[in-house]
Amino acid sequence: MSVMIILLGASLVVALIFLGAFIWSVRSGQYEDDFSPAHKILFEDKPTKNTTKNKPLTSK
Amino acid sequence: MSSELTNSPVSDATIPFREQAPGVQVETFYYDKKIVKQFAYATLFWGVIGMLAGLWAAMSIAWPVFNLNWGPTSFGRMRPVHTNAVIFAFVGNAIFCGVYYSLQRLTKARMWSDKFSKIHFWGWQAIILFGALTLWMGFTQGKEYAELSWPFDIAITLIWLVFGANMMGTILKRRVSHLYVAIWFYIGTWVAVAMLHIVNSIAMPYGAFESYSWYAGVQDALVQWWYGHNAVAFFLTTPFLGLMYYFVPKAANRPVYSYRWSIIHFWALIFLYIWAGPHHLLYTALPEWAQSLGTVFSIMLIAPSWGGMLNGLLTLRGAWDKVREDPILKFFVVALTCYGMSTFEGPMMSLKSVNAISHYTDWTIAHVHVGALGWNGFLAFGMLYWLLPRIFNTKLYSVKWANTHFWIGTLGIVFYVIPLYWAAFTQSMMWKQFTPEGILQYQFMETVTAIQPMYVLRVLGGTLYIAGLILMVVNIWKTVGQGKLIANEEAKAPALPKNIKSTGKEHWHSWVEKRPVQMTILALIAVGIGGIAEIIPTFLVKSNVPTITSVKPYTPLELHGRNIYVREGCYTCHSQMIRPFRDEVARYGDYSKAGEFIYDRPFQWGSKRTGPDLARIGGKYPDSWHYNHMLDPTSMTSGSLMPPYPWLFRDRIDKSKTYPMIKAMKRMGVPYPANFENEANDHLDKQAEKIQKSLAKDKIDVRKTDEIVALIAYLQRMGTDIKKEAASK
Repeated sequence: MSVMIILLGASLVVALIFLGAFIWSVRSGQYEDDFSPAHKILFEDKPTKNTTKNKPLTSK
Repeated sequence: MSSELTNSPVSDATIPFREQAPGVQVETFYYDKKIVKQFAYATLFWGVIGMLAGLWAAMSIAWPVFNLNWGPTSFGRMRPVHTNAVIFAFVGNAIFCGVYYSLQRLTKARMWSDKFSKIHFWGWQAIILFGALTLWMGFTQGKEYAELSWPFDIAITLIWLVFGANMMGTILKRRVSHLYVAIWFYIGTWVAVAMLHIVNSIAMPYGAFESYSWYAGVQDALVQWWYGHNAVAFFLTTPFLGLMYYFVPKAANRPVYSYRWSIIHFWALIFLYIWAGPHHLLYTALPEWAQSLGTVFSIMLIAPSWGGMLNGLLTLRGAWDKVREDPILKFFVVALTCYGMSTFEGPMMSLKSVNAISHYTDWTIAHVHVGALGWNGFLAFGMLYWLLPRIFNTKLYSVKWANTHFWIGTLGIVFYVIPLYWAAFTQSMMWKQFTPEGILQYQFMETVTAIQPMYVLRVLGGTLYIAGLILMVVNIWKTVGQGKLIANEEAKAPALPKNIKSTGKEHWHSWVEKRPVQMTILALIAVGIGGIAEIIPTFLVKSNVPTITSVKPYTPLELHGRNIYVREGCYTCHSQMIRPFRDEVARYGDYSKAGEFIYDRPFQWGSKRTGPDLARIGGKYPDSWHYNHMLDPTSMTSGSLMPPYPWLFRDRIDKSKTYPMIKAMKRMGVPYPANFENEANDHLDKQAEKIQKSLAKDKIDVRKTDEIVALIAYLQRMGTDIKKEAASK
C-alpha cells in the first residue's frame, strides 16, 4: 500500500498549508474583530451610473 | 431594514482605524459584472444540459429502450456525461459566478486580470464541451468523476491555475484588510482541488485520449476515493459554503448568525474533510485500519457540517416572515436543510453496519441527490435569482414563477429521493435473504424487477426538477430583457496602507507574512519538495500489496477487452468487489482479495450494482452465453435492464494499439516478458482464434478482431487466477 505514503503526504502538505494560513490569519489580526465583518458585507454602494459623488467611506 | 442597520453600532465605531487613516487616497474602480453574467448564463445552460443527460440516464434504467442501441446514448456513457456536466459544468460555473461576484465586493477590488477572467471562462467552457463530446465517444479514464481523458486533465490544471492566480491577485490588491470568511472557503477550495486533481489524474498515456492509471488495483481505489470524496468536499461543499456565507446574509439582509462560528466552521472542516475518503471502501480489500480512519473522521465531520448548517439557518432568525414571501430565501432554507440532511446521512453511511446495507444500492444515488439537487441546485438557483436582477439593474420578472419553481423543484427532490431510498432498502434486504434451507432466496434479477417501479417514479421526480429549472430559465430570460447590464460598475474605496501592522512581536516569519506573493512561492516550493520526496521513494520501493503468485498480467486480447469494458462504462452498473458477507460469497463466489487487482489500471470496483457483481464472472458461463447476452441481454436474462451492445459486433479492435498499450503497461512495471510488445499481436491472434472456435461450436460466426471477442476474453478471465492457485494446492 505504498500509495498511502503519497496520500498521507499530500494530505499532510495540504493540512500544513492550511495550518500556515491559519497561523497567519490569527497573528495578522484577521480574527480580532469577529463582529463587524458580518455586518460590513451588507453595506453596498448603489450603482452610481458613473456619477462621481464623494461618499462617506463606511457606508450609507 | 437598511435604516436599522445604519443605526446599529456597527457603522462607524467598529471600522478598523487603518481603513480610514488620513492621507489615504480614495480610489475609484469598477466591478466587472460582465464576467459574472457570463458564468451565470453558463450555469443555467449547462444545468439544463447536465440534468437532461441525467434524466436520459434515469429513463434508460426505467425503460431500457431509451438506450437506443447506440453507444453515445447508452447508460454507461450517458452517466459519466451527466455526473461530469452537473458537477464541473453546472456547479463549477455556479461557483465561479458566485466567486467573481462576491470576491470583488468583499475585497473592494476588480478582478486582478480581465484577460485571466476571460481565459478562465472560455477555457472552462471549452473543456466542458469537448470533454462531454469525448465522453460520448467513449474516451474515459474509468474513474468516477475523473473520467475525462488525460489532455483534459492537463487543461483543467492550467485553467485552475489561471483561476487561482486571478483570485489570489484580487485578494492581494484588496482594499479591505479583513478576509471575510467566504474568501477563506474559496481559497481552501482552490488549494485542495488543485492537489486532488493532480494526484488522482496521474496516468500513462498510450494514445491521443487514451491512458492507463498510474496506480493499480487497491491503490488506485484508494487514490480515486480520496479524490472522489474530497471532490464532494472541496468542489460541492466548501465553495458553496463560501457562497452561502455571502448570499444568505445578503438575501436576508442580516449578518450571519455567528461570525466566530463561521470561522471555526471553516477551519474545522478544512482539517477534517481530507481524511474521510476511505469510507467509500468499507468491507473492500482496503486495509482495515484505513477503513476505520475514514469512519472516525466521517463521524467527526458532523460537528462542523451541522455547525455551518445551523449558522446559515439561524441567520434567518427573526426574518422567517420574509421566508414566507421571498422565494430566494425559500431556496436557501431548503438548500441548507438538504446540506444538513446529507451531512448527517454521510457519516451514518460510513458506519460499517449501515454501509453493509446501503453500499452498492440506490441509497448512494439518493444520498448524493439530496446533496446535488437540494444543496447545490437550490443554493445556485437562489443565488442566481438574487444576483442576476441586480447586475441587470432591474427586478425579477416574476416572483410568482420563482415560487412555482421552488415548489415543483422541492417536489422533484422528494419524488426523486424517496423512491430510491425505498428501492435501496428493498433490494438490499432481498439480496441478503436466505431461505430456511440456507440458500439465497432471490435471484439477482428478481431484486431488480421488484424495484423497477421506483425507477419510474424517479424519472417523475427528475422531470419535475428540470421543469422547474426551465421555468427559471424563462424567468431569467424575461428579467434580462427588461434590464440593462452595467458591465463595469463604479465603486470607491480607500487603498489599504502598504504596511499592515503586525499585532504580535516582530518574528522571523513576519517578513513572510507581509509578502503574500513570496509566501505563496515558498508554499509552492514546500509542496514541490514534499511531493517529490513522497513520490520518488514510492515508485522505487516495491509495492507491499500482498501478491498472489497465480495472478498474472492480462493478455493483449484481454487488455483490449478491458479497454472496451472501461469505454462502455460497465463500472457504472457492475461492481468488481465481492465483500466478505455470507450472501455475497454465496451469490458471487469467494470474497475479493487485494492481491487480485494488482494489474487493474484503472481499478473497476464500481460503486453501484444495477447489475450483479462481475468479479468472478470468468468461467461461469460459456463464451456463447456472453455473445448472446451482449447482443440481447433479455434473451439470456428475462426482464434484464441492460442495454444491447450491437456495435461490439460490428466494430473491430485496433491491433496497432496493442504495441503502445503493452509498452505503457511495461513502463509502469507490469512484468510482461522482454520484447513482449512486439509479439503481443501474435499472442492476441492465437487467443482470439480459440474464442472463435469455441463460438463456432455453438454455430456463432465471428471475426477474430471483433470487439466482442476481446470483451469475452476479458470477461472469461475475471477472477479466475485465484482459482488456479486453489487448484494447484
